[in-house]
Amino acid sequence: MHSVVLTKGVPDFREGQVSFDEDGHLERGATPTVMNPNDEYALQAALQTKVKQGGTVSVMSMGPPGYESVLEEAMSVYADDLYLLSDREMAAADTWSTSITLSAGIEQIAEADQSGEPDLIFAGFKTADGETGQTGPQTCWCLDRPIVTHVIALDVDEDEEKIRAKRLVEGDVDEIETVEAPLPAFVVTDPEFDPSYRRAEHRLRHKQLKAETEERVEEYEDHLTSWSAEELDLDPDFIGLDGSPTIVSGVDPIPKAPSEREATMVTPGDEDGMEQVLDEMRPLAGGD
Amino acid sequence: MTDEYEHYEAVVVGAGPGGAAAAAVLARNDVETLVLERGVEAGSKNVTGGLIYAEESAPYTVDGLFPEFRSEATERPVTDYYLHNVAGEKVKTFDITDLHEHDTEWSDAVLRRKMDSWMADRVHEMANETGGGLLTDVRVNGLLREGGEIAGVTCDELDPIRADLVIAADGVNSELARDAGLMDWEDPEEWFQGVKAVVDVPPEVIDERFGVGDEEGEAHLFSGDLFEDVRGGGFVYTNEDSLSIGSVFHLDSIVEQEAEPHQLLDNLLTHPLMADWLEGHYDEVEYSAKLVPDSKKAAHPAPHQGRLLVVGDAAGQMQAQGPIIKGMNHAVSAGALAGEAFAEAKLRGDPDKAGELYEQKLRNEGIMGKLRPKGYQVARALGEHDAVTEMADSLLTSSVGRLGVKVAGGLLEDLYSSPHLSQIVPDTQTPYVTLPTVIAEELGDRVTGEADYEPKDLVTRIGDLTYDTDVGNPHIELRDNSVEASGAAVYACPVSAEGFGGGCYREETVKTNGSEEKRISLDTQPCVECGTCAVVADTDWEHPRGGKGVEYKEG
Ligand SMILES: Cc1cc2nc3c(=O)[nH]c(=O)nc-3n(C[C@H](O)[C@H](O)[C@H](O)COP(=O)(O)OP(=O)(O)OC[C@H]3O[C@@H](n4cnc5c(N)ncnc54)[C@H](O)[C@@H]3O)c2cc1C
Ligand code: SF4
Repeated sequence: MHSVVLTKGVPDFREGQVSFDEDGHLERGATPTVMNPNDEYALQAALQTKVKQGGTVSVMSMGPPGYESVLEEAMSVYADDLYLLSDREMAAADTWSTSITLSAGIEQIAEADQSGEPDLIFAGFKTADGETGQTGPQTCWCLDRPIVTHVIALDVDEDEEKIRAKRLVEGDVDEIETVEAPLPAFVVTDPEFDPSYRRAEHRLRHKQLKAETEERVEEYEDHLTSWSAEELDLDPDFIGLDGSPTIVSGVDPIPKAPSEREATMVTPGDEDGMEQVLDEMRPLAGGD
Repeated sequence: MTDEYEHYEAVVVGAGPGGAAAAAVLARNDVETLVLERGVEAGSKNVTGGLIYAEESAPYTVDGLFPEFRSEATERPVTDYYLHNVAGEKVKTFDITDLHEHDTEWSDAVLRRKMDSWMADRVHEMANETGGGLLTDVRVNGLLREGGEIAGVTCDELDPIRADLVIAADGVNSELARDAGLMDWEDPEEWFQGVKAVVDVPPEVIDERFGVGDEEGEAHLFSGDLFEDVRGGGFVYTNEDSLSIGSVFHLDSIVEQEAEPHQLLDNLLTHPLMADWLEGHYDEVEYSAKLVPDSKKAAHPAPHQGRLLVVGDAAGQMQAQGPIIKGMNHAVSAGALAGEAFAEAKLRGDPDKAGELYEQKLRNEGIMGKLRPKGYQVARALGEHDAVTEMADSLLTSSVGRLGVKVAGGLLEDLYSSPHLSQIVPDTQTPYVTLPTVIAEELGDRVTGEADYEPKDLVTRIGDLTYDTDVGNPHIELRDNSVEASGAAVYACPVSAEGFGGGCYREETVKTNGSEEKRISLDTQPCVECGTCAVVADTDWEHPRGGKGVEYKEG
């Protein structure tokens, strides 16, 4: 089984990492780039396939050379090799031109790799910055494969050459259906995806892979292949900004939460200040 | 569907010293071995005092099975061993290094997280060669039976697994030994309860205050009146950069005296001797507790059934040799013998004979003799009569007895150091409380240190622990919430106390139809899985699922 996982670097939106300027614009330079959190589930699904069926997992991303760190992070979830599609021509792409670029990358892997066309392609649900959820399905459309989205559990039947997946209907956690699709297929994992290892054999293999990966992450660069637009034989008119039909007409800063009260800071050592605090609190305490 | 179950030649449940030793010997004999451990890491569920012994007379020692053990997995060796008889501020100290060294090749202090996780890595490497390995986060919840025979194990996290051999090395509250009907959790007389605090102390302070070099360490035991009338004793062992300070009490005595284990520990922590050692350095990092079987009463003489062999605490193989506690070393020997028995039985073409062979080996290697010494049965018959205890106690405390103690002086130290006598001391008030108190009163010197610290309270101790609570899925359920059936747990549970609302057990007053009734309620969130309430209360007691519950960092 050969799986390819698509991932993207996004600003680290966690508290303490992200920074915004006064107008509420994201400060890219001051905010670290990390792997899109939802892609973790796609990696977990690919890992589960690798543990149970064997085979390899490749991770692919389109982005600037700085995305190497994102791929390094992805590798720590047990990937075998990494592909970075990186070129000035690819910059400022919307989801459409991104999908075209990624699908070209996947076709290139199929040619370059001994194992032929990837059996499974995984994408995470929505990126933390774009929030569109379009890239996965569009890439799949370019590749003309069956797609299953909102997957929360996955079974691969190699003999029958098909997958059986549990998915949330319309992304609703209360409505779950089980569907089948022939291989090769495209899977978009839901953040509810839960890998399942009910056999000791699989857990032992998982443990083994973990140990192997720890070593591999150290030298992730040896497993990294970068492809330019030219190497992918991409027409510059279909990629990057030129290939992006999306027009962003404007960006509104996130409005500050309205605050009706003004805060005064009082340190416990400030006696007058503390007295004032007590005065303010007295009526609320119902005493005098 | 049963055809799809996995099969391993051997499944070992539990990665403490018993399970690790069993797996090492099985792997060495090319037996395909799978080890299942419920903790997030081996050792994360375990508590010991603890000094691990390598006995000269033992068939196996831990460093024999794991060559780098002493340099990688232990703390300081014990180079001096003292017993303090305490009466108030008076202390009479006996040097019992001789007793400690009797039959001892070496003995080191250990902390279980470090020790067990190190062994588990070695075990995994070895077992992996056989096609198996070691898995954490898996709780075995029972025996798989086929046609009435034991055929493997069932787990919370995995589908059932078939095996030709199941080794239950699952510790003191062995769910497998209970499932097989080999052990029960009924009688408080068969158990001790151990409670421990690990206190971080800089290594140079340990060196200075105990007068030891960095490759040396000490063991100190305490008995007498500092634990009120509860039968048991306290210990202090030196680790590399911490002290293990704890107590081991007879569970029936805790129940009788309605004692609060954490307070007994506090008595020890604030004793003048301790105050000298800890002055300016009371940095308690972990509070822990666990039941300990008393092999004299609990060791199963034939710990096997069909394909199931039970080793270590799970089979009650924990020897209290007077004040010296030997559980880990026997778990190692028993585990290794069980592995050896299977390998031999398999070679003879009759793997189902492993149980019988194991039982024979326990006897022939002298282990059963240490666990259930013959002399104890006689001493018990004589010595554990209430009338005899009363007589001995009143004689001792009388002027005649006191004179005797004075005269005996140094002789007493020799008596305490007798390996034979120490095996068979009766479980009564006399040796635990009365005699040491009288010794201290008559022969002791006054010690005057005063603690410049307050021991942590239960709220803080619980707060300092790490838990991954299995929300909505409590592992213990109260079957009977009456005070008669389960009230003892309110004080005997090491993380509960009378009048304390933040623990596991508490007493509540319920008003029904105008009348008031007292009821016991249980919240398992702060539970440290010590096993006490399985014995002293009426519960449905299970371990939490794999990886859930308390996680010790020291152990
Ligand atoms: C306070 C105290 C002081 C002590 N002092 C000493 C001392 O100084 N010297 C000494 O030799 N002994 C001492 N002992 C006793 C000693 O710790 C035990 O005898 C010893 O740990 C027994 O080893 P074992 O391998 O049988 O069980 P354990 O060490 O308890 O190991 C059992 C293992 O099985 C796992 N397990 C349990 N149930 C399951 C399940 N259902 N599924 C999967 N895994 C499971 C547990 O997580 C654990 O890792 C002391 C004990 C206490 C509490
Ligand atoms: S609830 Fe029971 S098992 Fe848990 S700590 Fe209290 S006595 Fe021990």
